[in-house]
Amino acid sequence: MVLAIDDLTVDFTTDRGTLRAVDGVSLAVASGRTLAVVGESGSGKSVTALAAVGLLPGSARIGGRIALDGEPLTPDRQRALRGGAMAMIFQEPMTSLNPAFTAGEQVAEALRIHRGLPPRAAFEAGVAMLDRVRIPDAERRARQYPHQFSGGMRQRVMIAIALACAPRLLLADEPTTALDVTVQAQILALLDTLKRETGTAVVLITHDLGVVADHADDVAVMYAGRVVERAPAARLFAQPEHPYTVGLLGAVPKLAGGAGRLASIAGTVPDMRSPPRGCRFAPRCPFVIARCVAEAPPLMEMAPGHASACWRAPLSQVLEAA
Amino acid sequence: MNAIPPEPLATAPAVRQSPMRLALRRFLRHRLAVAGLVIVVLFVLGAALAPLIATADPNATSWSAIRREPSATYFFGTDENGRDVFSRVIWGARASLAAGFLSVAVALFIGVPIGLLAGLAGGWVDALISRIADAMLSVPFLILAIALAAFLGPALENAMIAIAISASPVFVRLSRGMALEANATDWVEAARALGNPPWRLGLLHVLPNIIPPLLVQATLSIAEAIIAEASLSFLGLGQQPPAPSWGSMLNSAQRFLTQAPWLAIFPGLAIFLVVLAFNLVGDGLRDALDPRSEKR
Repeated sequence: MVLAIDDLTVDFTTDRGTLRAVDGVSLAVASGRTLAVVGESGSGKSVTALAAVGLLPGSARIGGRIALDGEPLTPDRQRALRGGAMAMIFQEPMTSLNPAFTAGEQVAEALRIHRGLPPRAAFEAGVAMLDRVRIPDAERRARQYPHQFSGGMRQRVMIAIALACAPRLLLADEPTTALDVTVQAQILALLDTLKRETGTAVVLITHDLGVVADHADDVAVMYAGRVVERAPAARLFAQPEHPYTVGLLGAVPKLAGGAGRLASIAGTVPDMRSPPRGCRFAPRCPFVIARCVAEAPPLMEMAPGHASACWRAPLSQVLEAA
Repeated sequence: MNAIPPEPLATAPAVRQSPMRLALRRFLRHRLAVAGLVIVVLFVLGAALAPLIATADPNATSWSAIRREPSATYFFGTDENGRDVFSRVIWGARASLAAGFLSVAVALFIGVPIGLLAGLAGGWVDALISRIADAMLSVPFLILAIALAAFLGPALENAMIAIAISASPVFVRLSRGMALEANATDWVEAARALGNPPWRLGLLHVLPNIIPPLLVQATLSIAEAIIAEASLSFLGLGQQPPAPSWGSMLNSAQRFLTQAPWLAIFPGLAIFLVVLAFNLVGDGLRDALDPRSEKR
């Protein structure tokens, strides 16, 4: 496993008490695989990723174990490996590049910090990297400033920066949310190609299930700071085993769906300062039973590689009855 | 912005549109600022080439030519000791410009790193630095400079140190504010994710982005520093006689305002012109470096 997160907890101290944003999350990604982490805003998916690279603010208290290639990640190691062995792509390509430097200089910087390359060699390697992320006329574009790039092109530059040092792990936090749909598809296809070429493990954080279906090998569904279901992507779509996943899949618009109303999940995400005692989805769950309210369900293996945190799983009988 | 594949190749011009080059073009369109820059350059040349331009030794007294009116021999007249005012004004530019440039350079050197540290470190470091800067800013600039100069003793170097220290809190506050602003941007977060250690983040990523406002403030501060040097010299705390300085020339001109007004007019005019010029350049830089003002 390239990245192994085990029983991760993240607490934030706020004015109105402690907030547990991530509660006992365990995830793992192998080399050359893509794990999609899916969930609504506030489900803890971005916090999990930031904890892995050590970019959470100082007010966050982190528990549990995070390991890269089997070696535990201490804050010092995170600082040393960040941008080198583990890289991150952010959501906002429009604002994530330093306006005062050219694209080539910014790609070169990763190589200068982590490979110790001299400026000239780093710049040339940066141009090669821009070419690899399919930026046309890379030699010339490398000398241009961020304001001369479109959103899609900037995200390509960000990917070039992230992949410059051939990272073992790439964390992509909603890399295409801010982009046009057509550009989105190009960027994700590019990430797939580069992943195949380099064997990088990818954690793709998204709330777009369409993206998950096309680009992920495995999926972890998060809800209110916990992983509620984990499965290979194809299996998750064919046979979801958590009512929340069922609800999410129902909320995806389909071309063949006709003019019917889009299904949505009733209710809202719980207040994380005082989460429900049992299953956190219980207040919104159509299949709720007494045990759900009283006792939090652990992630239980339903089939090889497929786990669900639901007392009522497997859901096949429940769904038929409904 | 439509990005239909293949992405257009021709959107970005082929030239390297560096932000500095764009700013230079905007600056050159600003006529008053260019005029200011020309005046500054003339004064700098005059100060640098003083031995060639001055028509006489600025300190040579002559009992036969006391308080002569401006004429072909003495362009700006002579003073109460028979010294050539024109030559003294030219040589005096050295003291004024040196005080302006050097003390602001020192103020930048002190203020900017401290301000960056405060803005990027935050917490008690920020609180401590900001309170000290606030305390210094609560005392009027000139009063603080006078107090420091009096404490250090009367000499041009001490006056410059006093001015530098008095001018630095402005840069602390400015760079702290800009660093705070930069710290909240995505590109600083991205730079952190790239593995930049904090010092590199501050010096290589944040600093280049806050240079434009610093440059504007520095130009305006030079104007203030020149006035401060003239004031300190006027009070006898700066350039020491007989070395020429516009401030001390004004001081000795006081007694002869009615009989020999040229003694006050020419050094005063020099101060006025050079300060005005720096302010014009500063305003021009502000307009050129702030993209939001482009449309005006």
